[in-house]
Amino acid sequence: MLTLTDVNKTFFPGTVNERRALRGIELHLSEGDFVTVIGSNGAGKSTVLNVISGGLAPDSGTVTIDGRNVTRLKDHRRAALVGRVFQDPMAGTAPHLSIEENMAIADKRGATRMLGRGVTHAKRRRFREALSVLELGLENRLKAKVGLLSGGQRQALSLLMATFSDPRILLLDEHTAALDPQRAELVTRLTEQIVTDQGLTTLMVTHNMEQALRVGNRLVMMHDGQIILDLDEEQKCGKTVRDLLGEFEKIKGATLDDKTLLQ
Amino acid sequence: MNTAIELGLIYAIMALGVYVTFRILDFPDLTVDGSFTTGAAVAAISIVNGVNPYLTFLLAFVAGFLAGVITGLLHTKGRINGLLAGILTQIALYSINLRIMAKANVPLLGEETAISPLKDAGLIGGWGSIGIFAAVAILLALILAWFLHTDLGLAMQATGDNEKMIRSYGVNTDNQKILGLALSNALVGVSGAVVAQFQGFADIGMGIGLIIAGLASVILGQAIFGTRSILVAVLAVIAGSVLYRVAIQLALTVGLDPNDMKLVSAVLVVIALVVPQMPFFRRRKALVNRADPGGAAAAGAEAPTSPAGATAGAPAGAPDAPTAGGTR
Repeated sequence: MLTLTDVNKTFFPGTVNERRALRGIELHLSEGDFVTVIGSNGAGKSTVLNVISGGLAPDSGTVTIDGRNVTRLKDHRRAALVGRVFQDPMAGTAPHLSIEENMAIADKRGATRMLGRGVTHAKRRRFREALSVLELGLENRLKAKVGLLSGGQRQALSLLMATFSDPRILLLDEHTAALDPQRAELVTRLTEQIVTDQGLTTLMVTHNMEQALRVGNRLVMMHDGQIILDLDEEQKCGKTVRDLLGEFEKIKGATLDDKTLLQ
Repeated sequence: MNTAIELGLIYAIMALGVYVTFRILDFPDLTVDGSFTTGAAVAAISIVNGVNPYLTFLLAFVAGFLAGVITGLLHTKGRINGLLAGILTQIALYSINLRIMAKANVPLLGEETAISPLKDAGLIGGWGSIGIFAAVAILLALILAWFLHTDLGLAMQATGDNEKMIRSYGVNTDNQKILGLALSNALVGVSGAVVAQFQGFADIGMGIGLIIAGLASVILGQAIFGTRSILVAVLAVIAGSVLYRVAIQLALTVGLDPNDMKLVSAVLVVIALVVPQMPFFRRRKALVNRADPGGAAAAGAEAPTSPAGATAGAPAGAPDAPTAGGTR
């Protein structure tokens, strides 16, 4: 479904600030995979998501979605294939438009937008039905401006919108990190529910190791622009945060040793 | 006073254009000063050369559209700051307008214009012409409101509201900005064509400072009549344009002379921008925001504190702070 082959990305090449954000990333997701990605700050997690969504072009390597090489497609040209939820709850919705208008925009993901009416009675019925899944009462507030919703409500709406028109890949970039624990829990639960119901192929970046272990069927750990650990469902099962930290120390120690050898 | 209302309604077409860029795209577009004159110049020169006066509105529309496309290309493809892109087009248009007219002033005396039938019927300066101009302005406002509710229009609104979001739903925001600027300046061009025929000449200086009149109309109208919906907002722009011309007229009657009008315009805009930020108005706005019925209902239902309630998904809306203001 999603394949990254030897993807490299360097920021500010040739300057003192040069940073190799991705080094030869190889990643393959099968249909229906729900992969959580963890790693320290600057490990390259967000860069991977941006390379998949098209926000960043890789220096080398290819990105294939659903058998289609999309490496050189800009972000808005890939939007038909990729749904995204950002870390910032404000980023995924248009605050001055109403809930139903935001839904109408999501409904037309990747399609040509012409002079058809944005919100029709038929669409409104579908939106109401979809929104009721969130159990936030938003289905009764279709005409409310999204800017009036709380952060948690907006993020739940962003999630619904991102998954509404059946993307091939769902990218979640620490989408619960900016919420208080209770709302984060709610959005996590909704994420699992929606992803499972629709069988979405999902890549979720998170800072929360416990969440990374609990959610999804596969776990990837990144460090310094590389994938250093890739656990499938069986390997993941029964692991604890302590185990993960142990693995991390072990691998990090090894790379440190390598560097020492090279110097 | 009737003339002020007529002018307000004619300039309202221009103000609707300014509304598209300034409020919808969040892009202060200074092309207006140039494209207004372009519309007037195209109309005047066409009429002098025997073109059907009603057809000149279409020609002015196209001319303004192209001017907007230029600014849009400079801004999006050329990555030039929006204000600068508008100023560049505006200055370039000054020369182009002179080329179109071949001189600084094209009189339409004795020519058959779109306004002539109104003049012949003795409607100008009375309620008859005010009714006709109002009908035209309102019709255009309704068309604009309709457009903004189409799929394309929603994408344009979102482009000005949250660019990152709308790109993630597959919209090329560059194209949206170019289209918005083009439609805006097309309206401005049409307004110029009407003004030229109304006053009986096109002049190279007629667009100077016009963006201020446009902004004043938008800000004034929306400060008074609000922005509850797009429909209210566009009608408010028309009302704002009329109020602006009436205010100018009043300033003239109290003894200021026409040369003071640019200063009066600037002061009006400053007042319209600053006054709504004053504490008294801010408090009123907060009350209006709270009037959202769903929000009020949700605010009544405190989020449950028990773990069971939490996992059931609280009707979520403990009255946490709204995430953005409700005005546009």
